[in-house]
Amino acid sequence: MAEPRYADTLPPLPFAALIAGATLTVATHTLWLPFWVDATAAALLFWRAFVSIRGGALPARWLLILLTFAGALGVFFSYRTIMGRDPGVTLLVLLLFLKLLETRAQRDVFVVAFLVYFVALANFFYSQSIPIAGLMLLTVFVTTTALVGFSAPQRPIVDDLKTAGRMLAQAGPVMLLLFFLFPRVQGPLWGMPQDAYSGVTGLSETMSPGSISSLSLSDAIAFRVKFQTEPPPRARLYWRGPVLSDFDGLTWRVGLPQLRRSMSVESAGSPVDYEVTLEPHNHNWMFALEMPARIPPTARLTSEYLVISLTPIRSRIRYEMSSFPQFQAASGGGPEDLANALRLPRGVNPRALALASEWRESQADPGAIVRRAIEFFRGGRFEYTLQPPALGRNSVDEFLFNTRQGFCEHFASSFVFMMRAAGVPARVVTGYQGGDTNPVDGYMVVRQADAHAWAEVWLAGNGWTRVDPTAVAVPIRVELGITATAPGGASLPLLMRTNLNWLKSLRNNWEALTNQWNQWVLGYNPDRQREMLSWLGMQQPSWQTMTVMLFWSVAGVLLLTALWLLRGIRRDDPVQRAWSRFCDKLAREGLGRARAEGPLDYARRVALALPARENAVRAIAALYVDQRYGPRPDARSIARLKHLVREFGL
Amino acid sequence: MKLDRVLQYSQAYNFFQWVFGRHAPEPGVVFLSQRRVYILPTRHGLSFGVAVILMLIGSINYNLSLGYVLTFLLAGLGIVSILHTFRNLAHLYVSAGRVAPVFAGDTAQFELVFENKSDFDRHSLDLACRGARVSCDAPARAHRSVALPVKAEKRGWLQLERVTVDTRFPLGLMRAWSYVQPDTRALVYPRPDSAPLPPVHSDSDTGDAISAGAGTDDFAGLRPYQASDSPRHIAWKASARSELLLTKLFAGRTASELWFDWDQLPAGMHTEARLSRLARWVMLAEERGLPYGLKLPGVEVPLGEGFPHRERCLKELALYRG
Repeated sequence: MAEPRYADTLPPLPFAALIAGATLTVATHTLWLPFWVDATAAALLFWRAFVSIRGGALPARWLLILLTFAGALGVFFSYRTIMGRDPGVTLLVLLLFLKLLETRAQRDVFVVAFLVYFVALANFFYSQSIPIAGLMLLTVFVTTTALVGFSAPQRPIVDDLKTAGRMLAQAGPVMLLLFFLFPRVQGPLWGMPQDAYSGVTGLSETMSPGSISSLSLSDAIAFRVKFQTEPPPRARLYWRGPVLSDFDGLTWRVGLPQLRRSMSVESAGSPVDYEVTLEPHNHNWMFALEMPARIPPTARLTSEYLVISLTPIRSRIRYEMSSFPQFQAASGGGPEDLANALRLPRGVNPRALALASEWRESQADPGAIVRRAIEFFRGGRFEYTLQPPALGRNSVDEFLFNTRQGFCEHFASSFVFMMRAAGVPARVVTGYQGGDTNPVDGYMVVRQADAHAWAEVWLAGNGWTRVDPTAVAVPIRVELGITATAPGGASLPLLMRTNLNWLKSLRNNWEALTNQWNQWVLGYNPDRQREMLSWLGMQQPSWQTMTVMLFWSVAGVLLLTALWLLRGIRRDDPVQRAWSRFCDKLAREGLGRARAEGPLDYARRVALALPARENAVRAIAALYVDQRYGPRPDARSIARLKHLVREFGL
Repeated sequence: MKLDRVLQYSQAYNFFQWVFGRHAPEPGVVFLSQRRVYILPTRHGLSFGVAVILMLIGSINYNLSLGYVLTFLLAGLGIVSILHTFRNLAHLYVSAGRVAPVFAGDTAQFELVFENKSDFDRHSLDLACRGARVSCDAPARAHRSVALPVKAEKRGWLQLERVTVDTRFPLGLMRAWSYVQPDTRALVYPRPDSAPLPPVHSDSDTGDAISAGAGTDDFAGLRPYQASDSPRHIAWKASARSELLLTKLFAGRTASELWFDWDQLPAGMHTEARLSRLARWVMLAEERGLPYGLKLPGVEVPLGEGFPHRERCLKELALYRG
């Protein structure tokens, strides 16, 4: 076994800064890491701190190797794999703290610092918000301070902090140039681990009782909208999402998506133009105001009027759209589509089936049946609640005739069931309803809490027609939004409660700032880069052009930084400088000053060699001697000396 | 010659001159101009570059905007650290200070003086010469001297060899270095061996009796005091009367005077062994306060005692060329 080596050779304060950097960089990871990892990291940290403070030996190498294997094994048992994003980050965190326990010399310090940087980068897998950015900047600052401290161990730590701060400030312009001009490539470069996009909230491909009401507790932003034209009134703000047409008695599912080129929307009104900034939700659909008229070039329209992207939306995207708030959607009504929109599960909800067949027998016109159903919902004294009672196998029957308490998914599901039972083609549409305009920046914000489900029926002559049974039963939901509807408001997210006005304005400001952050920092992608470069007057620059531009601009910034850094480097005596220049001029003519030759002797020798310049030579030597060795140099004589030297030519 | 003058502005040329050429020692103050400060990344700097590239690939793959920000901030930090490391070394003035004589086998402490005329402090300047390493700082507008220990192997003059001054401040990612060779040398005396002082013997030709303790006989006069005179020979009373410090002179051989003679050493003795023996005797005689003289082939140091006398004898031994 190697003899124990002691840790006290490292300067204590820089090492403390290094430990602080390691702690800061894992701070947010501890929230999601398995508990045993947090505990292990804390234990290793305390062990290291104990050795630093109380002295003693660091663990032997074989013990560390054993611990590393144990950690890897633990990661494997926690995640059932060692590949992927989360296991990878977990391993990095463990390695970081194990390495701290092995840190004896400066060489190890660098390894720790690099691990800190890697773990800092891993933070951005989980959040790229402004606070996280600030925290990571602090991490880099502290770690840089540690590196500065290790390279000059005698200095007070305050000076190290100053140096690190200055260096980061000088790195800032380089960072900005690289950020904006580095030729951007749209990732991913290779296949991503399966778990890369877990944990995003939003609508899903299925709807069962409770799935949307659980979303309504979330304050998270689904997307933001900037209207180029006057936004439609709130009651028409239906943001179309996945369309669900398969029902098994409890859960609604999306049908097979079919792309159609010949989808058409007719409208008497004028279109609304807007731009959507969509948060990633790991599905293909893109939200559009009903009904989409013009869609982005990269998107497609399905036979259900759903705008979809060809790849899942895994990063925040921006797209422009236009829609008709008043529309006739006559496409997607082929025989197969309509047959799909009439299918029902067998043997459930007998009472609802009986009522529906009663409607069908009394009314021949589908429009009249729809009106009848609307009347039923309007007069049924239904209650809109976030905590509806649980429903059994005959969910529609139980909701319509017994509990009469439900959220929008109950209303939509029951309505569509009734319509299908009565022979009217119908389907469930999920999406968002409403949205609040932030007065600070004018963006409309649509949150997960605005998630909604409504129904669509096929009426010959009018096409697919929207019916919102929730709006019929509880009109206030659509007119004033979710906040006004929920009883008591207590179960709503804190920030959605209307009575806290100061909190609301604070939130508006913060969200406007976040939006700018999203648009300009997080949303800076190859498209934005092209936009910005064309704004700078470069149309379609190649990556070679961009690289050259990047190179020269970085070189320019570095030159300025160098001039700034080197401004105080030369504090030569002006008298001495003038004299050296004079001697250099003479040396070029073979009249160099001998090593031990005094200025006056030298002048005498030069004067003999150059009789024509005798006066100038003697004057320069006299001034030099006077100013250099005399009691007090004066500015006029120095200026004269400089002048004489400058004029001195051979 | 013309070409040489142009080429001296080239950093690469300077570098190869220093590494492969035989550079002459530079007298006076050496100015570390930017032409003779070289800079390259350290091993850690290269690893840092690899780390930054890995982070860039990760950021591209996962479309992490803040990943780009972090990566580019670190890249900027690395680039800026080149400037910082460079300015930590460039435009320093290096000159040679004093160096005390040493015996062969001991370590000579070469004093080097750094002058920092600029407005900012320089940190962690590392000096290396033949395996010796020391570190020092140079605060703004100040002088700092540092002693560079160099092992003295052989007697004679020990010329300071090429010294590498380098620095990794502030991040340790870059190393700036320069070569200097100030014109300074240390005198290395022969290493004394462990022989005892030779017995004081009488010269049979003259018949002079030399007995320890005597030496007041044959007073011959006074002369002005010289630095090498023994304090015991100062004529205090006479000095008190005159303006000068006076030394009593004695005629003939006084007591216990020692002549260390090259020729009286055993015939088979090697030159270096002879010099070591003589150095040893000089040291011992000086320690005991006995007057002594040195006779080498072609060189004779007359009788005397005191520190300057010892230095002179040792210097003759150090520089003896047989």
